[in-house]
Amino acid sequence: MIAAEKAIQRPPDAKLLVVDAHKQIGHAPRSAFVEYLRADDLVVANDAATLPASLRGVHAATSAAVEVRLAGRPSLDPRDVCRFSAVVFGAGDYLTRTEDRPQPPPLAPGDRLILGPLHATVERLLGHARLVSLHFEGGADEVWAGLARHGRPIQYAHVTEPLALWDVWTRIAGPPVAFEPPSAGFALDWRALAMMRERGVEFETLTHAAGISSTGDDALDQLLPFDEPYRIPLATARAVTRARERGGRVVAVGTSVVRALEDAAAAGGGVRAGEGVATQHLGRTSRLRVVDIILSGTHEQGTSHYELLRAFLDDATLRRTSMELDARGYRTHEFGDSVLIERARPRAA
Amino acid sequence: MRILSDATQPTEQRTESADPFEGLRVAVTGGTSGLGLALVRALVRHGARVAFVARTAERVRAVAGENPGAHGIIGDVSSKEDIYPVAVQVAGELGGLDVLVNNASDLGPIPLAMLSDTECEDFERAFQTNVFGPFRLTKALMGALAASAREGRGAVVLNVSSDAAVNAYPTWGAYGASKAALAHLTRIWGAEHEADGVRFHAIDPGDMDTPMYAAAIPGADPATLKRPAAAAREVLAAIAALLPERDSPGATEAASLEAEGAAL
Repeated sequence: MIAAEKAIQRPPDAKLLVVDAHKQIGHAPRSAFVEYLRADDLVVANDAATLPASLRGVHAATSAAVEVRLAGRPSLDPRDVCRFSAVVFGAGDYLTRTEDRPQPPPLAPGDRLILGPLHATVERLLGHARLVSLHFEGGADEVWAGLARHGRPIQYAHVTEPLALWDVWTRIAGPPVAFEPPSAGFALDWRALAMMRERGVEFETLTHAAGISSTGDDALDQLLPFDEPYRIPLATARAVTRARERGGRVVAVGTSVVRALEDAAAAGGGVRAGEGVATQHLGRTSRLRVVDIILSGTHEQGTSHYELLRAFLDDATLRRTSMELDARGYRTHEFGDSVLIERARPRAA
Repeated sequence: MRILSDATQPTEQRTESADPFEGLRVAVTGGTSGLGLALVRALVRHGARVAFVARTAERVRAVAGENPGAHGIIGDVSSKEDIYPVAVQVAGELGGLDVLVNNASDLGPIPLAMLSDTECEDFERAFQTNVFGPFRLTKALMGALAASAREGRGAVVLNVSSDAAVNAYPTWGAYGASKAALAHLTRIWGAEHEADGVRFHAIDPGDMDTPMYAAAIPGADPATLKRPAAAAREVLAAIAALLPERDSPGATEAASLEAEGAAL
């Protein structure tokens, strides 16, 4: 697929590939996705806003330039921002492909990183030379201010213009807890939500700290997605139960929503409200218990996002889908086109 | 006090239920002087979780120090580049947002001047602070506000307006025209987001004994002016009237979760 290079969330020519419950493939303008929803359906989106999680600075002991990409956090508690897991890169920036980036200096517990106004200490390595647990000095408000002032959105080489936060915050962005944008939500705007309402489609949100999508290192990429904390509001859990009761479908906007809802699946097709940490990797052998449909970006084979789609579709249909995406010039990555896939496999009990 | 939007007249009839501000997540711009400072103090006293924004670091630190628990954010709402850093801190430090008070205001030329004597730069600055700032910040925080409404906590955007928004006072042109634009934005936003549960309201706090009023009318007798604390009480009453009836918002979801958990 072609990489989408412009940071435009809703390009007028955005495309949508639709796979229905009978594995039939169709194509539509993405702006028409609401027309594929039915009265009684429930749409659930991730309302996480995106942190400016890329921090440039130096490794104090060697004065070597580094870029730190924050990648995880133990909880969504607003005060719990002194400890992050992070992937460390060497000199340079997003204009160099992650796989071509120079290595950072060897990192060890106790190493200090000076990241603009933020000072952090490496607490330990997390099973890889570039994946570390960082402790930030100062109170929570100081860390928030430092991130807000010094951080930049995590960015990859396929988008050449520097990203600003307004490029990566979805229209529905709330708490800034995602490390990369929950980009399936780029398809949503306030007009789309109004159209859903007019059709009798319910809309709710959850908050899921979507992590980084790629590190440029095969061994690290195998670990993706990292553990991701999420919170499901009571109103959303109740809406899932109502949708089940009336025979409506649960439509997840993005892989992060699938991950959170399936992690919180409870007996009877509902979900538990409250906070949790999604640790599972969904894939071919996963049986979905809550989600019926996913609206997502287009994903290439080998990525964790593609793996998750295997929980919705058999491999033969998924291959057909990939061929159609290539043949029809669909664009990929966060500002690319979208797919709407209805689960062909029966829901798990 | 004149109400500039068509929302319900605020009342003080809620005193018997739990304090509607207990645990409420509120952001106030221009929070280190005048009405904004009075709002921060009153909200902290009511047990709200408050984030306030102002330009001057020393003032922000001083007000945060005087109001333990309040989150001070350094930022200039008239600057496009400052809006998202401010929004990150507001939504990050509070974990979301229930109420946004767009209070920061710019008078335009000082001393006040007839429109034809007003420098374009002064006119632009008034609009940047009084119209573009609230537009940008509200837009950036709309997702957080709508999430709060969906969860039943309520969501309110309160824009501080002025009678200069409706009356053609000579020499108040930059300020009056920008506040009129803000008042009309408020009405249109309110119509567009009614179904999302986000309520919009513009309020005229009246002539107050504030640094801004002193800059506008240097010789005014403070004794004839409203105290900012009195205006703050009226603003809080207007906000309370737009919030859903509830117990302490923090307690509600926790209690419900416990009840539902027990039922599972």
